[in-house]
Amino acid sequence: MTVLNSKIPDGPLSEKWTNHKNSLKLVSPANKKKLDIIMIGTGVAGAAAAASLGEMGYNVKVFCYQDSPRRAHSVAAQGGINAAKNYRNDNDSVYRLFYDMIKGGDFRAREANVYRDAEVSNAVIDQLVAQGVPFAREYGGDLTTRSFGGVQVSRTFYAQGQTGQQVLLGSYNALKRQEAKGTVKMYPRRQMLEIVKIDGKARGIVCRNLINGEIERYSAHAVVLASGGYGTIYFLSTLAVNSSGAAAYAAYKKGAFFANPSFIQIHPSCIPQLNDYQSKLTLMSESLRNDGRVWVPKGKGDKRHPNEISAEERDYYLERRYPAFGNLVPRDIASRAAKERCDAGFGVGETGYAVYLDFSDAIKAQGKKTIKNKYGNLFDLYNKITGEDPYTQPMKIYPAGHYTMGGLWVDYNLMTTVPGLYAIGEANFSDHGANRLGASSLMQGSCDGYFILPYTIGDYLADEINTGKISTDTTEFDLAEKEVKNKIDNLMSIKGNTSAHTFHKKLGKIMWDYCGMARNENGLLKGLEEVTKLEEEFYKDLKITGDTKTINQSLERALRLAASFEISRLLIRDALNRKESCGAHFREEYQTPEGEALRNDEDYSYVAVWEYTGDGKEPKLHKEQLVFENVKVTQRSYK
Amino acid sequence: MKLTLKIWRQRLPKEKGKFETYYIENVSRDMTFLEMMDSLNEKLIQEDKDPVAFDHDCREGICGCCSMVINGRPHGPGTEITTCQLNMKAFKDGDTIVVEPWRVKSFPVIKDLIVDRSAFEKIMAAGGFVNADVGSAPDANSIKIPKDKSDEAFDAAACIGCGACVAACKNSSAMLFVAAKVSQFALLPQGKTEGLKRAWDMVMKMDELGFGSCTNTGDCEAECPQGISLTHIARLNREFIRAGFHKAAAENK
Ligand SMILES: Cc1cc2nc3c(=O)[nH]c(=O)nc-3n(C[C@H](O)[C@H](O)[C@H](O)COP(=O)(O)OP(=O)(O)OC[C@H]3O[C@@H](n4cnc5c(N)ncnc54)[C@H](O)[C@@H]3O)c2cc1C
Ligand code: SF4
Ligand code: FES
Repeated sequence: MTVLNSKIPDGPLSEKWTNHKNSLKLVSPANKKKLDIIMIGTGVAGAAAAASLGEMGYNVKVFCYQDSPRRAHSVAAQGGINAAKNYRNDNDSVYRLFYDMIKGGDFRAREANVYRDAEVSNAVIDQLVAQGVPFAREYGGDLTTRSFGGVQVSRTFYAQGQTGQQVLLGSYNALKRQEAKGTVKMYPRRQMLEIVKIDGKARGIVCRNLINGEIERYSAHAVVLASGGYGTIYFLSTLAVNSSGAAAYAAYKKGAFFANPSFIQIHPSCIPQLNDYQSKLTLMSESLRNDGRVWVPKGKGDKRHPNEISAEERDYYLERRYPAFGNLVPRDIASRAAKERCDAGFGVGETGYAVYLDFSDAIKAQGKKTIKNKYGNLFDLYNKITGEDPYTQPMKIYPAGHYTMGGLWVDYNLMTTVPGLYAIGEANFSDHGANRLGASSLMQGSCDGYFILPYTIGDYLADEINTGKISTDTTEFDLAEKEVKNKIDNLMSIKGNTSAHTFHKKLGKIMWDYCGMARNENGLLKGLEEVTKLEEEFYKDLKITGDTKTINQSLERALRLAASFEISRLLIRDALNRKESCGAHFREEYQTPEGEALRNDEDYSYVAVWEYTGDGKEPKLHKEQLVFENVKVTQRSYK
Repeated sequence: MKLTLKIWRQRLPKEKGKFETYYIENVSRDMTFLEMMDSLNEKLIQEDKDPVAFDHDCREGICGCCSMVINGRPHGPGTEITTCQLNMKAFKDGDTIVVEPWRVKSFPVIKDLIVDRSAFEKIMAAGGFVNADVGSAPDANSIKIPKDKSDEAFDAAACIGCGACVAACKNSSAMLFVAAKVSQFALLPQGKTEGLKRAWDMVMKMDELGFGSCTNTGDCEAECPQGISLTHIARLNREFIRAGFHKAAAENK
C-alpha cells in the first residue's frame, strides 16, 4: 500500500487539465485578501508565481538569498524556452512536444504532468511577449525559433544567449508591479532554514536575516518552494555558487517526500575545468549544437592544433553513432559519448578530458555575421574565459553537472506530501523523468508559476478562508527557531581547522567520481562510505571565523553544506536502488552492447519516492508506478 | 604571483571602515579575481580572521551580484566585464591592488565590499514594467516588431542591474540604469502606452532617492559590463521631456 496519491485526473490526456481546472475550488476576491502565501525563491518559477498570485489578490511574502529577486540563477539560462506554437509550420503540436519530453526523459516522467506543460507552453510565450520580453525576431517582425537536442522541429524561442535573463526579468518586472501595488512584499537576503508545521499543515518558515543574523519567523496559509536545484553537490557545476538544495531538504525533513534524487543532468557542453582553484564551470549553450559539430581526432593522443587536423582525420562521433539526430542528440547521450571518447584516450586539451565543438563549416556556409548574430555573446563569453577565439578555432568542451530532474515529490496540484506545502520549478521532481530536454525548464518553471500553481493552490486555500491570521507566537515556531539557533551555535562552536569551502570541494570530488556520469554498485558503496566519513569530519573539524551578527558567508555555506551531505547520501541510495540505466542515470552494469542505457521497465517503471524517517535512520522507499496510456514505451533510439 | 591587497573593511553599516593591507602569495594567473579573493579568505580563516564579505553568485557575468571597485574602476580593468569575469592575467607579480565597495551615497555599505542596492529595486517598482495581466495576452505573433527595434530593445534589456554605472559617475547618477529599462519598453509597442508615465515616475523616484543628475560625462557607458549605450539616455531624455509637456498640458486644462 502506498501513501502516495498523485491525484491525476481521469479522462483522456488532452482533457485532463481542462476538466481538472473546472473541478478546482475557487476563492472569492474578498477572501483572497485574507490569505497569506510564502514564496521561497524568485527564479522563473517563484517570480512568476508570486506575481500571478499577487495579481489575483493574495498577500504574498517573497524570499530569496540574493539582494534582489532579479539575480536568481534562472538569470543564467542561455539557450531558450520551448513552446508548441508551430510557427514554423514544421508539423509541431502539443502532442509532439509532450512525446519528445516523455521520450527524452526515457519514460520515467508522468504523462499527465508533461502533457499539461506542453499544453500551457503557448500561453507562456504570449504572456512573456506581452510583458515586453525581447525575443529574437525575423526581419518580417515575427518571432523566430531554433532547435534543441532530442527533437526534429524548431520550437525554441530565444533572446540571443540570454534567454533566462530576459524571461526572468519579464517575471521580475511583473513582481515589481505587484510590489508597487502592495500585494507582494519582498524579503531579500534571507536564508530559509526551517519549515514550520502546525497540525500537520505547512504554516510558515524560520529564516536567517543575512545582514544582521537575526532569526526571523514568518507565517502563512500556504508555503511554496521555488528554490531551484541541488547540482552544487558536485561543487563545480553550471549553477550559481550559492545555489543548493538545502531549502528542499529542510522540507524533506519535515515530511515532504523526495523523488528520484539521483536523476541529475550532466550537460555535455561546458568549458572544461582549467585549474584546481576553479570555483565554477561555465555552460556553452546546447543551442550551439545547431551549427557546431562535435569531434575528436581519429588518432589516439593526437596533440596537433585542431586546425591542422584534416577532415578525414576527425571523428565526428555523434554524427557517426546517431545519424538521425547527429549533433542534436539529447544531453545524457552526448555527455556519455564524450566521456567514452575521452576515457578511450581520444580526448583533447591539456588534460585529455575535452572534445571539440567546431563552427568552421557553419561559418563557411552561413558567413561569420550570421553566426555572430546567433551566438555572439556565447562566443565572447568563451573568449573571455579561455582566451581562445571560437571564430577561428574550435571550442573545447566537456560535460558538467547542470540540472536536477529529481526533487520534492508533488501531486498533480504541485503539492508535496505535506498539506499546504507546494514545490514548483526545478525544486520539484516534475516533468523531466530521467533526463530533461533543453529549453524545457524555463518552460516548466513558467508554466508552474503563471498558469498552474495559481489555480491549484486555490483548491487548498478555499478551505482556509476562515482560519484567520496565523500567529508566529506558538510552540511550533518556538521549537523551529530553537532548532535553527542550535544548528548555528553548533556549527560556530566546532572551531576546527578546515573551512566550509574546502569541505565542499571534497564532497564535490567524491560525488563526481562515484555518482556522476557513470555509476556502478561498488563505486556507489564506496561513495556512500566516503561521504559519511567526510560528514563526520565536517562536524569535528569545521572552522568558521567571524560572528553571527553580521554577514557571515562561511556560515551560510556551512548551513547549505550540512544539507548537501545528506542530499548526497540520499542520492547515492537512490542510485543504488535503481538497478537499471535510464536517461542520465547510467549504471555501468546495465547497458546495451552498443553502450546505450538499458532500462528495466518491468521492475523500475516507477518514481522512487523517499520518506525521511529520522536522523541516522534509513529513509523509506515508496513507489509511484508510472502508467503509460498514450505513448508506446520503447527503447529510446536517436540513430 | 605575489600581491599586496588594500581592501576596504567595515564590519557594520554605521561603523567607520578602513583599508587593511594583506599580502598574498601563490596567486595563479589562471585564477579569476574572485578565486583570488576566495584564496585570500581561506588564508584569513586559517589566521582566525573574519573573511572579506563580497557579493557574488553566478560567477559568469549575468546575475549582477559582484560589485567591486578595483584600482579605482568599477569591475576593475578591462571593458565590458564584471568583477567575476576579471582574470588575474590583468595583473603582474608585485602589484598592489586596491579593492573598495561601490562608493555611492544611495548604496550604503552593509559590510566590507557589500553595499545595499535596494534603491534600484524602488526605482523599478516605480515603473519598470508593462501592465500586462496574466492570461489576457494575445497570440505572441499578433504583435509584429521590426527586427532592428527588437534587437535594440534587447541591447537595453541586457542590463544586469549591477550599479557600476552609478559607481563610475562623478554625480552618482543612475541615468544609464533607468534609461536601459525605459528605452527597452519605449522601443516596443507593448510598452508604449504607459511610456511617458514610466519615464516620469522612474526619473522622479531616482531623484527622490538621492541619485545625482546626468551631465553626459559618459563614464557610465565606459564601465558598464553590458555595454549599455548612451543613446538610451538620449531616448530617456526625449521621453522625459515629452512626459513633462504632457503633464503641464494636463495641468493647464
Ligand atoms: C547555466 C544554465 C543554463 C541554462 N539554460 C537553460 C535554457 O536555455 N533553457 C531552459 O529551459 N533551462 C535552462 N537551464 C535550466 C533553468 O535555467 C533552471 O532549471 C531554472 O531556471 C530554475 O528556475 P527556478 O525558478 O526553479 O529556480 P532558480 O532560478 O534557481 O531560483 C532559486 C531561487 O530560490 C532562492 N533560494 C534557494 N534557496 C533558498 C533559501 N534557503 N532561502 C531563501 N531563498 C532561497 C534563490 O534565492 C532563488 O531566488 C539552465 C541552467 C543553467 C544553470
Ligand atoms: S546600465 Fe550597465 S553598469 Fe548600470 S546597472 Fe545596468 S549593467 Fe550595470
Ligand atoms: S557573480 Fe554574477 S555577475 Fe558576477
